[in-house]
This record gives sequence, C-alpha cells and structure tokens, in this order.
Amino acid sequence: MRWLKPAVFALSLLPLVWLGWQAAFGSLGVNPVETLNRTLGDWALRFLLLALAVTPVRQWTHWAPLARLRRMMGLFAFFYVCLHLASYVGVDLFFDWAALWKDVVKRTYITLGMGCFVLLLPLALTSTDGMIRRLGGRAWRKLHKLVFPAAILGVAHFWLMVKADIREPVVYALVLAVLLGWRMRTFVRAPQRA
Amino acid sequence: MLIRPCPDLRENDVTDHALYVDRRRFLAGAAAVGTVLGAGRGLRAATSDDTPTPFEAVTTYNNYYEFGTAKEDPAVTAPGRLKTAPWSVAVDGECAKPGTIGLEDLIKPHKVEDRIYRLRCVEGWSMVIPWRGVQLSEVLKRFEPTSKAKYVEFTTLADREQMPGLRVPVLDWPYVEGLRLDEAVNPLTLLATGLYGKDLLPQNGAPLRLVVPWKYGFKSIKSIVRIRFTESQPLNSWQKYNRREYGFYSNVNPDVDHPRWSQANERRIGEFRRRPTLMFNGYGDQVAAMYAGMDLKANF
Ligand code: HEM
Repeated sequence: MRWLKPAVFALSLLPLVWLGWQAAFGSLGVNPVETLNRTLGDWALRFLLLALAVTPVRQWTHWAPLARLRRMMGLFAFFYVCLHLASYVGVDLFFDWAALWKDVVKRTYITLGMGCFVLLLPLALTSTDGMIRRLGGRAWRKLHKLVFPAAILGVAHFWLMVKADIREPVVYALVLAVLLGWRMRTFVRAPQRA
Repeated sequence: MLIRPCPDLRENDVTDHALYVDRRRFLAGAAAVGTVLGAGRGLRAATSDDTPTPFEAVTTYNNYYEFGTAKEDPAVTAPGRLKTAPWSVAVDGECAKPGTIGLEDLIKPHKVEDRIYRLRCVEGWSMVIPWRGVQLSEVLKRFEPTSKAKYVEFTTLADREQMPGLRVPVLDWPYVEGLRLDEAVNPLTLLATGLYGKDLLPQNGAPLRLVVPWKYGFKSIKSIVRIRFTESQPLNSWQKYNRREYGFYSNVNPDVDHPRWSQANERRIGEFRRRPTLMFNGYGDQVAAMYAGMDLKANF
C-alpha cells in the first residue's frame, strides 16, 4: 500500500491544478472571481466530509490502510478553506479588511464560515505527530471532536449563502447527517468506545 | 444620461477586444495577489467607464430559473426548447381596450430604438447591455388604461414542455413582476425585443422582455405573455418567495443591503475589482422624483 498516500495526495491537488490551468488560460467563465471562490469553497467542504467519511468507510469495509488517509483529508480540507478565504479576501475584496470584518459581523453565512475556519485552525495546528504526542492521545481526540461542529457550520455556511435553489447544500447536509448518524449509532451501541 | 443609439457598434469589435482586456486584467490581478498580499486598499473610485459587456457574456451568464438555476443553464437549455414564434401577449385588467395581440402587431406601430443600459443584478454583479426595443409607455397607451389602473403586472410564460426548470419548485410559477404605473410609463422603461442589434436569444428572455435599468435585474421580467393593469399592488415572485429579502420596488440602492449581503458595491462582469454601486443604478436624474418623500429603506 505504499502508493496509496502519494496517489491520494496527487489526486487531492487536481482541483487546484485544474483551477490554476483555467485561470491561466482565462477559462474560468464569465465571472472568474466567483468561479474561483466558489470552486475552492466546494472542495473545502468536500474534503471536510471526506475526512469524516474515512472512519465509517474503514469500519464498514474493514480496510485498515484507509486510516492513513484521515489526516491528509483533514489537512486538504483546511488547505482549500485557506485558499477559499484567501481568494475571498485577496481577489474578491482586494484586501479590504474593513469590508471583511463587516461581512463577518453582519452576514450570517460569512459568520458561520468564519466559525468553521476558527474551529479548523487548532485542528490543523495540532495535526503533527509531535503535537499528538505532546497533547496526549486523549486530549488530542477530545480536541479533534471540534471537527463535527466545524462540519455543521460549513454546511450551514453554504446553505445560508444560496439564493433560492437549496438542492446542492441539501445534498451536503444529507451526507453529513449520514456520517454523523453513523457515529451516533456506534455511540449508542458501545458507549465505552465512543 | 445613458440613452444613446448605437448603430455603429459592431459586435465583433466589442466582444473580442473586451474579452482580451478582461483576461489580461484577471491575470494581472492574480499576479498582484501573489506579490502584494496585505498591501491592498479599499475600493477604487467610481468610474464612468460603461463599456458594453461582451455579447458572449451577456448571452451565457443568465438568471432565468425556468431554464435552470445555474448561470450557465439557460444558454444551454433554452435555445431549441423555447418556441418564440408565433408569440402573443394577453393584455387585460383595468383598461378600455383589452385583447390578445400578436408580437408583430404589438411592436410594429412604435419606434424601435437602441439603448445602452447598465444592468445591476440583486446578487451583486452588473453588466452594460445595448438593448433594442420600444418604449413601454407608448405600448401601454394603446390599451387605454382606466383611472383605476395604478399598477402593471407582467407574467412570464410557464410551459413545462418548453421549460425544464418548472419541474423544480424553486419559485411559484409562473414568474410575475409588477411596476407602479408611473414607473411603467417612465421614458427609461423599455420593452425589449433584442440586444446587440439582433433579436433576443431565448436565454435573454426572447421574444419580449422588460428592461427597467434603475431596478435590480429580477424586475426586468423575461418572455412576457401577459400584461395586466391592476388597482392593487401585484405580488412579484421574489417577494412572494421571501418578503423579508425582496420587496416590490427593488430599486438599486447602495444604502439598503440585502439581508444576507451588501449592496454597496458590485462586480462589473469583465472587471477584476468591485466598483461602488450607484443610487438608482445611476439613473437618479430620471427616476428619483417618482420616489420623493418615500422611505426607501421601508419600501425596498
Ligand atoms: C473563513 C471564512 C469564510 C469566508 C469569509 C467565506 C466566504 C464565502 C463566500 C464569499 C462565498 C461565496 C458567496 C457568493 O459567491 O455569493 C462562499 C461560498 C462557499 N463557501 Fe465559504 N467562506 C468561509 C469559510 C468556508 C469554509 C470553512 C467552508 C467549508 C468547509 C466554506 C465552504 C463554502 C462553500 C461550499 C461555498 C459555496 C460554493 C458554491 O456556491 O458552490 N467556506 N464562502
């Protein structure tokens, strides 16, 4: 299984490569700034849900090597969140920090997105082997439960952003509900392992 | 005043050049982001630069939910599905001469004009579009609205066979819009049949649509099949969908935010930086008097 991690790593970079390619050749469409920002947001949320899917899928398929992908998925989620935020602040608002602050305070969907980012930040910072050791497994696991509220905030951020057609965020919400439901199930069955 | 005929505007010149500039601007901007992180300043000052938006953009980036909710959908699904001929419009309500009238007969008696207008979408983007059409006031006059006629209600075609978007209950179909009578007969209000000197394409609301340049784009209803004079204020589709977020007037107003996003500025399609949004989309001289004394925050 030596190939697994490098292969998934390369695959996970594809959305970014594709965006860069489109930007370079001017094929991001009629509203390139919007396309850039939204595509990055989409992938941030997808990787966050992928990270949450690793454990259920591993338990379900009994395919142990999957466990090695969990951290990578989480970090790619954070990576795309950072790019999403950077494209918003740097490209869309053009470093108008006052406008960003106003958005965070006033726009519920931005407040929720920022909340998600703030929850993910400590998780990314404590993702190294060294940090896990320093925190100790128990404290680390407790801290990383923050990924659940973060994912809820991420989906809510998307949901509250759309104008009228909520079909897409509903799909993300359903996937998240299944992933959280799975954990509830194991929690109910075997509380000592939760 | 932004009414001017544009007989000598050749679409290919505009399109190619504008696309070229637009691409370079985006690349330059992207490069700048890499190098001057944190060095940026606020929005740039208002400019009077109203170059028409490329034809390609105007005809591929559309909000026309009857043909799908993604901006790219209508240009893909509407052509070939929307049957624009024969087309007739039912005119009724508070008027002396109601009737159903064919498109030809509706337009023919009037002077067809080319007018370049800014279009500001409620979502925060904008375009500049060379429309072709007739002044709505001239058309409405023929039906002799009575003294009871205070408003004009417009309805879009709603045909499941032609419009795949109707299967999704995003809005309560058919799409309905309305204007106060004085707004409808304001000289700026256009009943458009074309853009860039050609007939409207299906995705742009062929064969007949409204253009109300000082209001958010959703007021400029597409593919009109019915015009009705009413005594009471029509309930327009977006207001029906969410009263808190969308009003009847929907005048472009940088000081009244949408509950979920700012209306203070906009992205002009093809430009990299946002630009400030103008009160009444810059048409205050022609329309502000109609709202004298009105609380525009309450009547959003
Ligand atoms: C850090 C603070 C954040 C800010 C300021 C922010 C801002 C935005 C903005 C401005 C939009 C697009 C609005 C539009 O185009 O009209 C957006 C969309 C989106 N964001 Fe965020 N966001 C943040 C965090 C996040 C996070 C943490 C996630 C996911 C984990 C996320 C996922 C999304 C998604 C999925 C969309 C919708 C994309 C689409 O329309 O397809 N955002 N965000």
